[in-house]
Amino acid sequence: MTISEWSDGAAPAGSGGAAPARPPGDALLKVTGLRKHFPIKKGLFQRQVGAVRAVDELDFEVWPGETLGVVGESGCGKSTMGRLITRLLEPSAGTVEFEGTDITHLGVAGMRPLRRDVQMIFQDPYSSLNPRHTIGTIVGAPFALQHVSPRGGVKKEVQRLLSVVGLNPEHYNRYPHEFSGGQRQRIGIARALALKPKLVVADEPVSALDVSIQAQVVNLLDDLQQELGLTYVIIAHDLSVVRHVSDRIAVMYLGKIVELADRDSLYKAPMHPYTKALMSAVPIPDPRRKHAKNDRILLSGDVPSPISPPSGCRFHTRCWKATERCGTTEPPLLELLPGRRVACHHPENIEAEAARGG
Amino acid sequence: MTAFLDVRDLKVHFPTDDGLVKSVDGLSFQLEKGRTLGIVGESGSGKSVTSLGIMGLHTAGQYGRRKARISGEIWLDGTELLSADPDHVRRLRGREMAMIFQDPLSALHPYYTIGKQIVEAYRIHHRVESKAARRRAVEMLDRVGIPQPDKRVDSYPHEFSGGMRQRAMIAMSLVNNPELLIADEPTTALDVTVQAQILDLIRDLQKEFGSAVIIITHDLGVVAELADDILVMYGGRCVERGPADEVFHEPRHPYTWGLLGSMPRLDRDQQERLIPVKGSPPSLINLPSGCAFNPRCPYADVPKDDVTRTIRPELTEVGGRHWAACHLSAEQQKRIWNEEIAPQL
Repeated sequence: MTISEWSDGAAPAGSGGAAPARPPGDALLKVTGLRKHFPIKKGLFQRQVGAVRAVDELDFEVWPGETLGVVGESGCGKSTMGRLITRLLEPSAGTVEFEGTDITHLGVAGMRPLRRDVQMIFQDPYSSLNPRHTIGTIVGAPFALQHVSPRGGVKKEVQRLLSVVGLNPEHYNRYPHEFSGGQRQRIGIARALALKPKLVVADEPVSALDVSIQAQVVNLLDDLQQELGLTYVIIAHDLSVVRHVSDRIAVMYLGKIVELADRDSLYKAPMHPYTKALMSAVPIPDPRRKHAKNDRILLSGDVPSPISPPSGCRFHTRCWKATERCGTTEPPLLELLPGRRVACHHPENIEAEAARGG
Repeated sequence: MTAFLDVRDLKVHFPTDDGLVKSVDGLSFQLEKGRTLGIVGESGSGKSVTSLGIMGLHTAGQYGRRKARISGEIWLDGTELLSADPDHVRRLRGREMAMIFQDPLSALHPYYTIGKQIVEAYRIHHRVESKAARRRAVEMLDRVGIPQPDKRVDSYPHEFSGGMRQRAMIAMSLVNNPELLIADEPTTALDVTVQAQILDLIRDLQKEFGSAVIIITHDLGVVAELADDILVMYGGRCVERGPADEVFHEPRHPYTWGLLGSMPRLDRDQQERLIPVKGSPPSLINLPSGCAFNPRCPYADVPKDDVTRTIRPELTEVGGRHWAACHLSAEQQKRIWNEEIAPQL
């Protein structure tokens, strides 16, 4: 069966019972062929000698009201992707459309009106808040920058935001160092929510926090989404956190999306070998299962360098299913089953899933 | 008959301008050879300070002019370390007891090759020629799974990936066959696929060398993989200690329940909501009176007469080799866990 037959055969099966209905309407964010190569320059004349191919040909969309989780190991390009879709970085190629408008190459001024709608929550709550500003100033800054005057005044609105994220509104005049890590992350969330954004991109929002605090922030993000109808793109390396928060999940490896599927089918029956290996590597917090480790797939070696990624399928150097074809032909990201896109020549679980999907 | 490692009422206090930081405040535990103890807790609960205390790394006056105040007893194979001659402890450190640190990039010296650093660790404790020491370094690198060890022995740390650096550090800590190995967050800086490799390696090496291992981590998944016994720390004290299986399946302390409820799990069906612990960890300068966990504990009002806020609970045996420091009675602990907590997890 050729690749085109795969896609032709499987794509029209929108009636498949197990596939979640795609939300009505247009995508909030649509990314096509997105690429970011960071040039490596050397010598007197700063001649370009190569490029770090951080993100290479990404295609995905984010539907209104959903949470798209993005997982992958360090260096897979997930953070670069987050910075590209919020336009904190300039893409090398491809397009980013927000609500149907092409924002790929908008300048600073062109992006400004859109900054209201697209906000970011950062990983490190210690470095993402200015230590010299009070919480009131930090959370109120978006109003000043966007020349928005909220009803009842900025101070009142900031205090409302602080109570929305579970902080004491009376702490308006305190400085970041007076807060714990979890509280600072809440401040960052309040700032991101100030202008009632449509899309919130959160890059590792809980990985710097302790377990007990992590759960508080995860629940907060959950509540805010339900109350305010937010759309999230949550970037994280922790597979259990991503599963908890996401509706759909994109798995990245060396700058590529290798699998994109809804949460339940991805975790029940991963189709890309890398997804399978990644999930089997997560330690299970149950000592009774300590000796039942035979199902763990140990990948050998390390992630190759994104400066010269392997030919063909980028995972083939570590994949136990790799054949000659994997080293020569790059597998495209195809919709093998409704709602499930996989970039692999030898996907796992395909028959079982096809049978289940009808 | 004492245990191989016997820590009794260990206290490590740091004087600071803001007051006395009681990082570890009365910790006791025992560990036998061939067993693995997992110490879990959140940041600031005193896990790392405990391990540095055992290694004797707190005394050198590195906190300005003021030194850490350490009291209690640490018995390693019949020797008390805190009152021992510093030279004697130095001879033990690296040979009898060794440590794997969290961040291999800052624990390895960037100016020297991996091989030179391993050789140094070996020759300090063994009178051997440099050639023999180098052979030993290559052998250790091979054992921890570094490809082409005879070539990579001459590499610098920056030429290694994160996982390989961690392997090199494990090789360095095991080069003298230590009987006690302390791994402080050995996989926190690593990706999960590499973490799985390193955890496997630590487990295999322990089987091979039969050392006593202390693994310090905030990740309950990691302890469940490796530990025979678990010690849960909160605010510089032990709140629960017991066999791994019991601590995970019949935990007695509300803080342990909180940790288990906070954690999203891949091995279960999707939870609707996580059950976090309210509030945030306490200040070690000003610990809450009574039970340090009382401001965050949902059951603080269950015991009578406000004891949770006035009296510090002692670690009491609640089952065979299972201790908890909680004012709830054993029956209450069992009932709350079985009826209220376990069904929600």
